[in-house]
Amino acid sequence: MKIPFYNRRSFLRTASYGVAGLGLMAGGVPAMAQSFAPTQTMRGGSNNYRPNAPLVDRLGSGFQMSGIVRRAGTGEPLEGVRIQIWAATTLGGEREPRNHGSVLTQADGSYSLEMEQIVPNFGQPHAHLAYDDDDFETVFLRPVMPSASDTSLQADFNLAPA
Amino acid sequence: MRKPQGRLVTAAVWLGLAGLVITPMLVAALSPYLPSREFAYIASGFAGILCLGLFLVQPLLAGHYLPGLARMQARRWHRRVGLGIVIAIFVHVGGLYLTSPPDTLDALFLRSPTPFSVFGVIAMWGTVFVALLAAARRRLGLDYSLWKVIHHGIGSIVIVSTVIHALQIEGTMGNLSKWVICCSLLLVTALVAVDLRLLRRSVKARDSQQS
Repeated sequence: MKIPFYNRRSFLRTASYGVAGLGLMAGGVPAMAQSFAPTQTMRGGSNNYRPNAPLVDRLGSGFQMSGIVRRAGTGEPLEGVRIQIWAATTLGGEREPRNHGSVLTQADGSYSLEMEQIVPNFGQPHAHLAYDDDDFETVFLRPVMPSASDTSLQADFNLAPA
Repeated sequence: MRKPQGRLVTAAVWLGLAGLVITPMLVAALSPYLPSREFAYIASGFAGILCLGLFLVQPLLAGHYLPGLARMQARRWHRRVGLGIVIAIFVHVGGLYLTSPPDTLDALFLRSPTPFSVFGVIAMWGTVFVALLAAARRRLGLDYSLWKVIHHGIGSIVIVSTVIHALQIEGTMGNLSKWVICCSLLLVTALVAVDLRLLRRSVKARDSQQS
């Protein structure tokens, strides 16, 4: 096999192919890069958590909370998993009972909940989500909205078996 | 008796200062977030905004820049406003605690996910330290010029931390009025620091050499 960089010109040429190739790999095959690492609990995620928020169809209208719940490692979508959601909205703060609700995931692992518009609370517009049942390790999330005027937010879980 | 021109300048300075302090609060009073907030949270927010305004007044009183106030009056008001800042911080943190104890404790124990809370905590402890040291300076027998260095140093850290804290927060304050008061605060602090610590000291040193 020929050594690829025996002079400067061929080195530059090979290097540029290499860089282009790396770029293609990074942009082209994201699915292969996903390892479905277990989702880690976020700092402050469990603040103002009220365990066992009732299962609800909706908590209001105008804001869409959604995501996909998978098994960590395999990425297999998980059905019937309870996700608890709460946030400060136009109805009131994070401790307001009307801002707490639970939903179950569909067969494709997805969940969604329509609620009132989330408003900035303690300096950031954010939601709280929890998986806190027996089958998997407990996870508390605190995703921050890129903008307070956003009307949707997505948060995915990769759950590790307990 | 003062010239009418002087009185005009005095009125303009005080009106400008009052405008700078009050406008951010008026803008915040129109915030769409207020209706969904409980009383303690609203009070906490306004106490924080008031702090920005009081911090702006402090260096101006310290350097005796405000017209119509005699030196002793300015000094007395500097102390009163200082006490007002301590009370406002207490209302600010207390109101946050009543609104959400876990979020407030996270901030106080420096484990909050929000990057601005650490600057709020620095400003809080800095203010407490400056206030206690000012109250106890004579009892401690602290050298006046050393105390002044500490007072100015920690005071500047408090103000810079407060500005970082305020600018990063998304809350009831209007963006423009927040930036205006924060920039004024930094500008005034910097100008007064240069004047008190560099310019007036060299004048004093020159005077004492001559006498």
